[in-house]
Amino acid sequence: MKKFILLFVSLSLFVVSCSDDDSSSTTAGDDAFDRKEMLTHWADHIIVPAYTNFVASSTTLDASTQTFIETPNEANLVQLREDYQKAYLDFQTISIFEIGPAETIGFRGFVNTYPTNATAITQLIENYETPNLELPSSRAAQGFPALDYFLYGVADNDNSIIETYSTGNFANGYKTYLGLVSKRIKDLSTLILNDWNNEYRDNFVANTSSSSTGSVDMLANDFIIHFEKFIRSGKVGIPAGVFSGNVEPQTIESYYQPSFSKSLLEKSLNSSKNFFKGLSFDQSTTGLSFESYLDYLNSIKEGEDLSTLILNQYEDSASKIGLLNDNLLQEVENNNSKMLTAYDSMQANVILLKIDMLQALSISVDYVDTDGD
Amino acid sequence: MLIKIKHYFKKNTDAAPLAVFRIFFGLMMSLSIVRFWANGWIDKLYVQPKFFFSYYGFEWVKPLGIYTYFIFLIALISAIAIMIGYRYKWSILIFFLSFTYIELMDKTTYLNHYYFISILSFLMIFLPASAHYSIDAYLNPRKAYQKIPKWCIHSIQLLMSIVYVYAGLAKLNSDWLLEAMPLKIWLPSKYDIPLLGDFLQQTWVHYGFSWLGMMYDLSIPFLLLYRPTRKVAFFMVIVFHVLTRVLFPIGMFPFIMIVSATIFFDAKVHRQILKIISKVFKISYHRFQNHKTLVFSSKKNSLLTFVLVLFFTIQLFLPWRYLAYPNELFWTEEGFRFSWRVMLMEKAGYAQFKIVDAQTQKRFYVDNSDFLTPYQEKQMSFQPDFILEYAHFLGSHFEKQGHKNVEVYVESYVALNGRRSQPYIDPTVDLLQIKESFIPKTFILPFYDQIKGL
Repeated sequence: MKKFILLFVSLSLFVVSCSDDDSSSTTAGDDAFDRKEMLTHWADHIIVPAYTNFVASSTTLDASTQTFIETPNEANLVQLREDYQKAYLDFQTISIFEIGPAETIGFRGFVNTYPTNATAITQLIENYETPNLELPSSRAAQGFPALDYFLYGVADNDNSIIETYSTGNFANGYKTYLGLVSKRIKDLSTLILNDWNNEYRDNFVANTSSSSTGSVDMLANDFIIHFEKFIRSGKVGIPAGVFSGNVEPQTIESYYQPSFSKSLLEKSLNSSKNFFKGLSFDQSTTGLSFESYLDYLNSIKEGEDLSTLILNQYEDSASKIGLLNDNLLQEVENNNSKMLTAYDSMQANVILLKIDMLQALSISVDYVDTDGD
Repeated sequence: MLIKIKHYFKKNTDAAPLAVFRIFFGLMMSLSIVRFWANGWIDKLYVQPKFFFSYYGFEWVKPLGIYTYFIFLIALISAIAIMIGYRYKWSILIFFLSFTYIELMDKTTYLNHYYFISILSFLMIFLPASAHYSIDAYLNPRKAYQKIPKWCIHSIQLLMSIVYVYAGLAKLNSDWLLEAMPLKIWLPSKYDIPLLGDFLQQTWVHYGFSWLGMMYDLSIPFLLLYRPTRKVAFFMVIVFHVLTRVLFPIGMFPFIMIVSATIFFDAKVHRQILKIISKVFKISYHRFQNHKTLVFSSKKNSLLTFVLVLFFTIQLFLPWRYLAYPNELFWTEEGFRFSWRVMLMEKAGYAQFKIVDAQTQKRFYVDNSDFLTPYQEKQMSFQPDFILEYAHFLGSHFEKQGHKNVEVYVESYVALNGRRSQPYIDPTVDLLQIKESFIPKTFILPFYDQIKGL
């Protein structure tokens, strides 16, 4: 009884000095997992380098867009397409990080909403209107899916496509619109990168709070939403008809150049896996990550080796996707069962990430911070 | 025996403890409602969602759209009236009804704390809490008393004791005591609490908290009742509840329990409290010192006895109803609610609903976010009665949309107390064929582990 009271007294001394201020941070001790180090690694070796790289490729993309607008010929179209593909692939490496400035402006929605609304785009052009790409309602008429349409979909073959920009009736309108779209991708990503370089990086790293507004918690949610909604559903599930009962080939990413669709899927799955492992953007080092965080917590809990299960499932999904044809549009129309197999494999990982990983990290999926029991 | 009981019901005591309890209760309830409102939770939890989960038998209790605010306003006004003791009988009745209505609107938000408030306010309907130090007593000296029957105080003490002891009994299981679960998951995630953060990473701390929590719950009512340990016990109440407040998002509840525990003190303390209140608000405390004793008529006395005996019999037996179900309680949650099982589980799930046309076998999956808020989806995903109710909702929704021969299946996974997730509901069962009832739910898949204990 005496000890019992003594313990309560000593606990109370701790408590008296406690506040429930959510924003406070601590430097972790030797035995605890260092979340600040993990956030630093994420920011400095993964997120900022990925954005820097993307800003570079979207700048290149914008330059070759200008060249093509000035001189719409085959050589310039080939160059533009090449730069477009590079930038679209690079986008898959930053799409996970819809946090901070990217979240504020709704970056992903403006840059990669598909299927693109080709009818709206052509209507604007044929009515000699200048599009206002800042409107939230214009999200489906810009970004990479719009570029996909401009570079591959405005006409049946390459010659006619070039004609659309050179001698076509609405050539000026097409050129203006195309230029605006590529410029906006560059501008938005530059804005985000500047914010990371100026002050957001420090806020992000310092925000080690365990609450739902802490960086680890927020990015864990972003990471899982990205995997579930944007890779599993967006790139595979929706076109394969998982949610509607009918295949929906028109919803494939890179619809006008469908042979590019599998590359985007692979890149994005790989980026997700690398982030889970904490592989730096230049692939030179591995730092603290969800993988090592789970391993640390597992050493307390002595449960199953969850991080290995998750990584194995990533490998399984990669191999199922590897079996697909480069052209996912064709797969949806002819071999949809292979698409569904890939979906099921990713679905198994959604369960591991969303239930087991979040439970282990003690992070809640919802953002409504109501009272608990 | 009967004479003893009759004798007991004639015993009197000072009315001050009950008056103080009434004031604190009204104050805490008003603050809680204001806080709930200010946090925007009325809108988030009761106005915005398109679908609400009902308690079995209470399907008719629904939020009233924008008028839901009105129910909260009624509860707030009645809570203030309880605090000042204005038309107490009506205000406590209205508070009980409005508060309980709010709790019945959507079982997503079920918390043992809210249930506690509901039944406590029900009990208080039958207590003469405005006999002393209230506006009622001030305005009508004929209805003012300085002494009330002793059982009035005892009934509140008994209810609080039931809550604590049952919460303690529920902790007597292998997960809590032998695995230190779920504290082993929850405490390390509180790494950013100053000073305690690193401490909370230690395994022995998880076990220490588990065992101390269990011992606290089981012993605190007795330590509070027993005069020599009372002060220490009250100190423990404060430490315990403040600690839970620091560690977990449990809102106002710790403070409600701390002030409620004052009911265990001697009347001396309460008179002191009333004196202080009188001083601060310049109320004549003297006016309430009339030395009158409240005596119920024998007819009223037998009615009250009947209500109280029935009420406490239900309270004592309801938490054991889970014994009537064959499977693991934590897994199936049959008989889990209304039983003071507080903070016992870390449970999370994932439920994907599949709509199938029985004739063409065409199928598609439901995007839960089309119908549920993230919070509702989270709660639904690991509670079978939620899953069933939602499945029926989906069935009628898609039938209305023109789908034919609708069957609803669910593929779901649940993880409990750090175990790996496993399939939860039988994916081959068309949930539309199953009606909600109290009989055991056979569509729940078996739990591949054992949790021993109560």
